[in-house]
Amino acid sequence: MVDAPVWRPVPRSRLAAASPRRSPRWRLVPAAVVLGVFVTAALVVPLLVDLNQQHVDLPSANRPPSVTHPFGTDELGRDVLLRCVYALRVSLAVGLVAALISAVVGTAVGALAGTVGGWLDRLSMRLVDAVASVPHLLLGIVIVAIMRPSLTAVVVSIGLTHWLTSARIVRSEILALRERPFVDAAIVGGSSRARILVRHLLPNIAPQVLLATTLMVPHAVWHETALSFLGLGLPPHAASIGNMINDAQRSLLTGGWWMSLAPGAVLIAATLAVSGLSGVWRDRLNPRRRSELSW
Amino acid sequence: MTAPTRRRGRALGLLVLRRLAFAVPVLLLVSFALFVLAKASPFDPVERYFGARIIGASPERVAQIRANWGVDEPVVGQYLAWLRHAVAGDFGDSLSLRQPVAQVIGERLGWSVLLAATGFALALLLGLVLGTAAAWRQGGRLDRTITTVAYALEAAPVFWLGLAALYVFALELRWLPGGGLTDPGAAVDVGQVARHLALPVAVLAISHAPWYVLFVRQGLLESFTSDHVVGARSRGLPDHLVVSGHALRTSLLPFLSLLGARLPELITGALLVETVFSWPGIARATVDAALNVDFALLGALTVLATAVVLLGNLLADVLYAAADPRVGLDG
Repeated sequence: MVDAPVWRPVPRSRLAAASPRRSPRWRLVPAAVVLGVFVTAALVVPLLVDLNQQHVDLPSANRPPSVTHPFGTDELGRDVLLRCVYALRVSLAVGLVAALISAVVGTAVGALAGTVGGWLDRLSMRLVDAVASVPHLLLGIVIVAIMRPSLTAVVVSIGLTHWLTSARIVRSEILALRERPFVDAAIVGGSSRARILVRHLLPNIAPQVLLATTLMVPHAVWHETALSFLGLGLPPHAASIGNMINDAQRSLLTGGWWMSLAPGAVLIAATLAVSGLSGVWRDRLNPRRRSELSW
Repeated sequence: MTAPTRRRGRALGLLVLRRLAFAVPVLLLVSFALFVLAKASPFDPVERYFGARIIGASPERVAQIRANWGVDEPVVGQYLAWLRHAVAGDFGDSLSLRQPVAQVIGERLGWSVLLAATGFALALLLGLVLGTAAAWRQGGRLDRTITTVAYALEAAPVFWLGLAALYVFALELRWLPGGGLTDPGAAVDVGQVARHLALPVAVLAISHAPWYVLFVRQGLLESFTSDHVVGARSRGLPDHLVVSGHALRTSLLPFLSLLGARLPELITGALLVETVFSWPGIARATVDAALNVDFALLGALTVLATAVVLLGNLLADVLYAAADPRVGLDG
């Protein structure tokens, strides 16, 4: 017998179709656990374990996963799990700082465009469109090329290519808030434009900006990983997810699959956890828009 | 041709003109910004050109080359000179490859376009088929599997997927070659290229498709509750006709306009996939140009990619407007 399609075109009521299903809380648990474990590991393990992640142990090089080395060892005999923890620490730090830079730049541009308006608004939005037309990675590569590959170059290159989203969000939120009575009241009350921005507008859009920044972190980590993979990121000896995958490329040809498996899996799990958590957060903030991540 | 159709045609033409009028300043802005950045960097192309030989080179010769290249002139003057040549198709010489930039790009671009275009087409196909399948069985096991895999793939870096595919299909199973354009020493023919193209294209498509899958699924689910779909169903049309004839047709319209917005990601993905599979496209040249501070090549590549994105956006908008008569054309 053929299964009948499960979808029901006719909603039980109009309201049922309009109000999204609340994401059940238990779905958050795995995401929160994964993220909690990763962040704790990245922060705490380097303090607890008295082992150098650069510790070279040639006799035990290229070992597949075992009890002593759960993710195996790399071509220099370094423990892949331990290196993953350090890589996560570096990548998370890079991602956080870069996302913060992009949020600050984006908020500044968006707030300026939204509050001043007029030609400045049009000009800055055209600028946003223009920057959006350049593929991020290419622009990042150009910035890295100018500054030479280094930690600073990577952070700056990600920060300067990812402010567009927050700029657009801040501008549109400010335009919407400007129509609200409390802003009129502030204007009538004689507040200056700067005071209205700082006291009334920015606090109201802070949750949206924070959400966009949180979602930017995995993106920034991805960017760092891609740059490092191309050999344009962090210095080769530094443990970062991209460098580890880049190093593992050589060993792959001789059968060392575990060296690239672990960093990739860690990155995927972390990204999924962040986007899962922020998806629920977005549903709370914006209950009318159904989350893309409603699983 | 009726009057409204004609008016619509003219409005569409105006839209194209307006978007082209936006594209030109954007390209000028991007190229000028790159030019200024290159000038602001501490790297001197003349020192770069001489390398270690600058120690033995006579100062007259160095000065001669400085004058010939015009590196000490004001930035705006240099930029205008570059622009004059660029418009004529001359993007200068690549410092790292010691070839004209146009030649460097010309030799490689075809292969990159082949990879990106095939990957794009395959990703679209996957997105349509799997997205429709998932929406059809909303909430079922198939839907849950497809969405979960799509989210996981979206989180996976494309080069990591590439390495995994390389390991499984090229090294372990030995089904397909793991890199390059042809087998060593073999002539470049369709069979060789197709066999070598299979893995990179599959990886590019699989990493690019999840967004389309999720988008098609979401669009279909929303259109299932819209009046014309409910109406078609209530008239007793079979489900497959309702989905293909009513639901897909309306939910795919916004899809068209968003295709252009996915182009930067496609270019980025192709760049990384090329690197994994040593595909002879522009990726290697881009990375080398960045490592060797070869701004002539890097700048030309960035401007070219920007032009492709702008053109793609224009094309997507025109297709959208042509497919849906309700779309306003003044925005």
